Amino acid sequence: MKLELKNLYEDFRDADTIKALANEIQKEALKLPQSINIMEVCGGHTHSIMKYGLKQLLPTNINFIHGPGCPVCVMPKERIDHAYVLSLQKNVILVTLGDMIKVPGSNGSLQDARAKGADVRFVYSPMECIKIANENQDKTVIFFAIGFETTTPMTSALINQVIKKEIKNILFHINHITVPEAMRILLDDETNTIDAFIGPSHVSVITGSKIYEEFPLNYKKPVVVSGFEPVDVMKSVLMIVKQFVQKRCELEVEYSRSVNYDGNIQAQRLNDTFFETRDTFRWRGLGDIKKSALILKAKYSQYDAEKVYDTVLPKTTIDDHKLCICGDILKGKANPKECKVFGTACTPSNPMGSCMVSSEGACAAYFKFGNIL
Amino acid sequence: MNKTITLAMGNGGDENNTLISQVFYKAFQNEILEKSEDAAILDVNKGKLAFSTDSFTVSPLFFAGANIGKLAVCGTCNDLAMMGAKPKYLTCSVIIEEGFSIDDLKKIVDTMKEELKINGAIVVSGDTKVMPKGTIDKIIINTTGIGEVLQENISSNSISTKDTILVSRDIGCHGATIFTAREGIDMSSDLESDCFSLYPIVKALIDANIKITALRDATRGGVSAVLNEWSKQSNICIEVEEESIPISDEVFGVCEMLGFEPSALANEGTFVLAIQKEDEQKALKILKTFNENASVIGKVTDNYLQKVVLKSAYGTKRFLESPTGELLPRIC
Amino acid sequence: MCLSIPSKVTKIDKESNVATVDTMGIFRDASLDLMEEDSVKIGDYVLLHIGFIMNKIDEEDAMESLETYKEIIEIMNEEDRQKAILEDAECPNRVV
Repeated sequence: MKLELKNLYEDFRDADTIKALANEIQKEALKLPQSINIMEVCGGHTHSIMKYGLKQLLPTNINFIHGPGCPVCVMPKERIDHAYVLSLQKNVILVTLGDMIKVPGSNGSLQDARAKGADVRFVYSPMECIKIANENQDKTVIFFAIGFETTTPMTSALINQVIKKEIKNILFHINHITVPEAMRILLDDETNTIDAFIGPSHVSVITGSKIYEEFPLNYKKPVVVSGFEPVDVMKSVLMIVKQFVQKRCELEVEYSRSVNYDGNIQAQRLNDTFFETRDTFRWRGLGDIKKSALILKAKYSQYDAEKVYDTVLPKTTIDDHKLCICGDILKGKANPKECKVFGTACTPSNPMGSCMVSSEGACAAYFKFGNIL
Repeated sequence: MNKTITLAMGNGGDENNTLISQVFYKAFQNEILEKSEDAAILDVNKGKLAFSTDSFTVSPLFFAGANIGKLAVCGTCNDLAMMGAKPKYLTCSVIIEEGFSIDDLKKIVDTMKEELKINGAIVVSGDTKVMPKGTIDKIIINTTGIGEVLQENISSNSISTKDTILVSRDIGCHGATIFTAREGIDMSSDLESDCFSLYPIVKALIDANIKITALRDATRGGVSAVLNEWSKQSNICIEVEEESIPISDEVFGVCEMLGFEPSALANEGTFVLAIQKEDEQKALKILKTFNENASVIGKVTDNYLQKVVLKSAYGTKRFLESPTGELLPRIC
Repeated sequence: MCLSIPSKVTKIDKESNVATVDTMGIFRDASLDLMEEDSVKIGDYVLLHIGFIMNKIDEEDAMESLETYKEIIEIMNEEDRQKAILEDAECPNRVV
């Protein structure tokens, strides 16, 4: 059989395969000494699990805990306010990825800023900034960069092009963050109930699976790097269950058709050229985490919007609404359904917290797919 | 006549009359229109009439498979057909931006003429206004239609467990096409809007004495919106087999790229049917003569009243919620 | 924002370092800036993310995975068969 593009979609969503894997998991799970809690780190996995109803196929001694892998969800309100304030500056065009449209800051979302007259553009690819900058030579384009390791190299590639092409009117507001530090903070909390991790798919394509070695090694928590399709997630769950049954604790890669140990070296090289690690960064819900976020290196500070617009950017930290439990949900300590305002005061059209409005937010996944459970 | 629309052309005087006769009357030629009265006097059969109105603001105006004119005729005629009525008389009101190309206007109106023929309907009344440049975006069309009801009692409030649910073709083509045609999204494909007049299909079903309970075209909000509306209006549960929903590769591709649900994408020539179970195969056969992708997609139960349940092929289920938020603005 | 999706490379423009990719009949351009020079060829399956090609999908590995799944399905079908035979043998209404 020759591999067709269709196979890469359909065969990894195949009903019989999913049923067969569910069957295997049921058999293996009988041998588990106790129930296990698997945290899927990435919000995209949360969506897959909810959309494909995978919880309904698992025995009662396997539970999913939802992780903080939603880059928009973990951005504290004050950083969202930065975007809002920058968008309202004279002669600024704020450009960002579509997921940021409705995320609520303390004054409103970028959509609200646009309604007030701010020039906010949502793009599919960061490279579109170049076209926007060329067409608006009298304006300053600020690219509000968000995302984990999957998305950082795309910002790096854009910076590279901006420097090569000598484009003078693009600046960057960098909010890129890294996954392993967040996983560590969760495990350092002694009250955590995580037994194993399903590792992110596409972060791992860029970084390689090497970044998770410390978790089986130092924390004794197995990690299986999984693809997004339902077959991938079910296979990963099976691999984790087998590890517990066979008393192993290892880093394994289920998503081997796209993830290897070293990752995309070219992308990593580009990142290292332009970025260095911040000492500390405040994550919504998880608090201050050391060395978990990136900043432009000093020699590129002329492109850093945080420095150029320092005087207008708000400096105080802002907490969430009292009733919003996004923080606990991001740490895996609460389920969206346990939130008092879930589905009532907080909905995708009127979100109180970003978990409800981001395409990778757990609350958004539960709202869209989770009501039958 | 000018090459572009001027403000004078909307003033009710000479320029207005020239525009109307050279563009609209020329295309829509019929006795009633030519009388040029203040109102049209109509002959209608004794019996029930269906009456519907719609305004069209789609952007871009021209896209693969159709343009705003075809949409404007299909939109209203389809709404009439969905109530088992034969479209008979339409109005056509346009509000045009100063500077709009008259060639483009002619193209749009000629397309409307062709589509009216397919429905067997005529435009009997209209209005033309012009607004200054920059105050509206190119053109807005309103069509209002009267149809003669051929089969009564087709209603979205009467669906029950005696019914089966079908869809007339693969879904999401219009929404996906508009999205890929929008500026800033650089994609190319063979995707085409499904914009199509549904009356001929409805006529074929009525002629074959199919026991139709309800029909609805899946416009804004897609099939998902229709099923949710039906479940609430008739106080039923609709259970859909996910694998039976027909979706083309290209619509699938767009949805994968952009994170859309195909069932939430708009259609302009696709409809959902609630047919009494004993006529299911007969109805399916007729639908397939128009599009081979017509399918049975679900059944009616009383398991979760007022909800739509989506069942996977591997034994899981979830609610198919009504689409929320602004997915695709100005698609029709 | 969208997930990374598998696509097939149909054209490569070396000058602008851009490839055209096909995602189930939707064609769009993607930057090759994250891939080493000449590492991507026409016909390759790649992962696309926000306008960039992120990596090449290992076809052989994908095929191997799909083969393993076929085996697991066989095991399940065999178990179902055995179960059906057992139920049939134990059925009190069965006439031998």
